[in-house]
Amino acid sequence: MSSPETPGAVPKRRRRLQWPILVWLTVVWALLWGDFSVANIAAGLVVALVVVVVFPLPPIVFGGKVRPVGLLRLIGRFVVDLIVASGQVARQALSIGRPPMSAVIQVDLRSRSDLYLTLTAELLSLVPGSLVVEVRRSTSTLFLHVLGVHDEADVERARRDALVQEERVVRALASDEELAAYRRAREGDPR
Amino acid sequence: MTTVVEIASAVCLIAGSSLSLIAAIGLLRFPDLLSRMHAGTKPQVLGLLLILVGVGLRLRDWTDLGMLLAVAMFQLLTAPVSAHMIGRAAYRHDAVRADTLVVDELTPTLDDVGKG
Repeated sequence: MSSPETPGAVPKRRRRLQWPILVWLTVVWALLWGDFSVANIAAGLVVALVVVVVFPLPPIVFGGKVRPVGLLRLIGRFVVDLIVASGQVARQALSIGRPPMSAVIQVDLRSRSDLYLTLTAELLSLVPGSLVVEVRRSTSTLFLHVLGVHDEADVERARRDALVQEERVVRALASDEELAAYRRAREGDPR
Repeated sequence: MTTVVEIASAVCLIAGSSLSLIAAIGLLRFPDLLSRMHAGTKPQVLGLLLILVGVGLRLRDWTDLGMLLAVAMFQLLTAPVSAHMIGRAAYRHDAVRADTLVVDELTPTLDDVGKG
């Protein structure tokens, strides 16, 4: 694991200027105004500077590297999942008869990283029938509400899907060491 | 060429608005709060994205496309967060109906640490 923080500790708010956030806020400002003139970008920069200085955020620990193939697979699969999810929920919304049953399941993620935990939770909330209702950061545990569950097999399938989603995130962004740590964690976990 | 783009745009707009309509129906028909959050976050996200694509195909202007991109991005970033916050609050205030759940692995854990 490349993160120097212990898993439970919240990283300190940094005094140093966070350049990526500054640039990002300026871009958003320009996008919202729809105007990329020098004056507008300068104004955006001033606003972004105030925001960054007044509301500093804890730094995101990203020690990985972007893997293009993994990232493409992650995005492609996400788009497919999004379409399938929308179809399923639409069918359940329109079907006549008994309303769908659901379940709340616990998923212990294998990686120990705020970034991958957040990304996995975000993606899971957007795709087929799952919604994150609770997160335990110290153990990287997600509690998912899954729609359209009928029996134990559906529960296990949902758990597996969530872990596969995490695997795609890790394979898209993790460094070699993180990936190795992830593989070890997966081998120690029969699911 | 223009006709093809117009048709694609129309298809996206109609599909997107239908999905948003279905989301509204789901919101009314699902039995409990958490199921309703699904209707709120899923078809509506794809519905909105389709509408944005449809509008983008019609406008074909860089300034407007930038704005549409910003809308799509913020939708994808914020929808799960709001759904999560409502779901979490519902859980901690016992607003979750146990009779619609096949399995509930969270309530025992919450009871262990105490609610709050």
